[in-house]
Amino acid sequence: MAGAGGGGCPAGGNDLQWCFSQVKGAVDEDVAEADIISTVEFNYSGDLLATGDKGGRVVIFQREQENKSRPHSRGEYNVYSTFQSHEPEFDYLKSLEIEEKINKIRWLPQQNAAHFLLSTNDKTIKLWKISERDKRAEGYNLKDEDGRLRDPFRITALRVPILKPMDLMVEASPRRIFANAHTYHINSISVNSDHETYLSADDLRINLWHLEITDRSFNIVDIKPVNMEELTEVITAAEFHPHQCNVFVYSSSKGTIRLCDMRSSALCDRHAKFFEEPEDPSSRSFFSEIISSISDVKFSHSGRYMMTRDYLSVKVWDLNMESRPVETHQVHEYLRSKLCSLYENDCIFDKFECCWSGSDSAIMTGSYNNFFRMFDRTTRRDVTLEASRENSKPRASLKPRKVCTGGKRKKDEISVDSLDFNKKILHTAWHPAENIIAVAATNNLYIFQDKVN
Amino acid sequence: MACCVSDTSATPEPTQGAWPHRCPGTMFARGLKRKSAEDGEDVEGGLAGTQATPSYSLQRQSLLDMSLVKLQLCHMLVEPNLCRSVLIANTVRQIQEEMTQDGTWRVVAPQAAGRAPLDRLVSTEILCRSVREQEGERPAPDVGDGRMPGLVPGLSAVPSAQALRSPQSSLWEVDSSRENRGGFQKSLDQIFETLESKTPGSVEELFSDVDSSYYDLDAVLTGMVGSTQSGHGSGLQAFTSAATPPPGSSCRSDLGELDHAVEILVET
Repeated sequence: MAGAGGGGCPAGGNDLQWCFSQVKGAVDEDVAEADIISTVEFNYSGDLLATGDKGGRVVIFQREQENKSRPHSRGEYNVYSTFQSHEPEFDYLKSLEIEEKINKIRWLPQQNAAHFLLSTNDKTIKLWKISERDKRAEGYNLKDEDGRLRDPFRITALRVPILKPMDLMVEASPRRIFANAHTYHINSISVNSDHETYLSADDLRINLWHLEITDRSFNIVDIKPVNMEELTEVITAAEFHPHQCNVFVYSSSKGTIRLCDMRSSALCDRHAKFFEEPEDPSSRSFFSEIISSISDVKFSHSGRYMMTRDYLSVKVWDLNMESRPVETHQVHEYLRSKLCSLYENDCIFDKFECCWSGSDSAIMTGSYNNFFRMFDRTTRRDVTLEASRENSKPRASLKPRKVCTGGKRKKDEISVDSLDFNKKILHTAWHPAENIIAVAATNNLYIFQDKVN
Repeated sequence: MACCVSDTSATPEPTQGAWPHRCPGTMFARGLKRKSAEDGEDVEGGLAGTQATPSYSLQRQSLLDMSLVKLQLCHMLVEPNLCRSVLIANTVRQIQEEMTQDGTWRVVAPQAAGRAPLDRLVSTEILCRSVREQEGERPAPDVGDGRMPGLVPGLSAVPSAQALRSPQSSLWEVDSSRENRGGFQKSLDQIFETLESKTPGSVEELFSDVDSSYYDLDAVLTGMVGSTQSGHGSGLQAFTSAATPPPGSSCRSDLGELDHAVEILVET
């Protein structure tokens, strides 16, 4: 936050007192499947916060401007625009439904008054333009105020239409549709730092697009084996480097990350760097591979580090060191002994995302029971917080939560067996400059702020 | 963490969201230590001692069964999640490799077919058998191709299979008839054939139907005929698409069999 004295952002998660700010979404116990939030993303300034859901809708919230007469509403996010981004489709050749669920939203940097974002489902990426209209023209010659065409023979004089103010209207229109380039399910999109191209990744391929061109994309990674029978590894996430427009990374289901340089060849099947942590033989089990599968990869804002999320931990990697991560943070190690049950009920396949704070000093990721975890990289402290309606008094401080892993359960602790595995926090986002976080808990979006804010 | 204890004589409960005490979570964590324990342990009859902890082999078998069922469900989904399928298939392969090294990967010789014991898989039989055991003693139906269901000695009913019994028993019933060569059978065969391979590491044909580049006329017609004539929900159409054969094959899914399969599913 710019106001914090020495410039730059204050230290991360634990020197802060996180407080409830807002919650969006229905209160009903009965959650409609379509309302389940599937992606959350702040734009580059942090003034806009976009969510996508399983029903294919995008809801954009805008931060209210500072208003001295209403100090409490400063910084509140209110609905700015809602639109249906994707509709369910049917693939007739394969007799399969294509879900309308929004897998990812990525904002483009703002270049004019309008805002642009990319949203994608399993198969199709769309570029949306969100623009404001606060004036309308009145006094047309050829039509009435209500739009009916006038009889041209009755027009005896000409006038110049004038612009009059109107209630703000926010319109979303699809400007580009990037379709038919992915055989498998798209898991990632990433806008390049050149602001002209972006990548889209599915299970086996990564394509490079130009934002202006929809009928052509370049395949830059293809790991599909000649014999599908030999398939043992898939792509799970991909991202462009924040500053070097020729560099991107992609992660795999085997817990590896490959960094590729597009200057080296057109098809980046050979990586420039290969990041993998050697396996600890003492903890090997039948579930080792599954829990090593990386569900998310994110570059730090500085571009010097990247973070990966696997089932039980988040790891921070220095791009200059491929042999092992520089930091490993346990998210919910108490689940390690429950892996068999989690495999049985499919929770082991849940894909958690992770995110950096604006200054890269802290990282955040979700867990079960509507818990989310924050790790301060400088103080090396971590905290578990909960997104729940019970702690939702305005500006109420969040109390750290603790999971009891055995032995006597203390007051206020929750035992592992009492955790609700249907309440999972898969998607979180951190404001690019301030200590404001957005946490998606099934169909509700929680916004928390630092008390100082 | 407290070790999860399993009582093989107890009636297992449905597992959704629960922490089944029968789940051998900690045992699976000690994959390597098993090797020394195996020598001293009585694999088949249970352990000496007061704890009713199932042997490692039983737990491993349970995991294998669970994985195979999950793979089956993958094939039945409208949109199979490729990452999940790959991870489960890799797990199955791991188990198969270990069991091959143990020498526990064996099949009882079929009675009349005269095939060598290793030609067919044990997995199908165990899954079928564990389901049928719950339903009481029934004459095991002929499972196509001369495979005779047999017993792998020493293995008692697998608890995990029972939790999935309702939706799965119908699957097995369909499977048990030689006539039902619709999408089910093909998917099952694909999966089980993968484990049959003596070269671990090749999941044969498991993902062949995921490959969508074979849009030749046969495949298109098969899919379209299936979707227009069957008239059932998208789940059924997934079977049709799963049964889409590689190019060059003139096989068409038998819609009568598919209808029969749907009837059974709908009844459950």
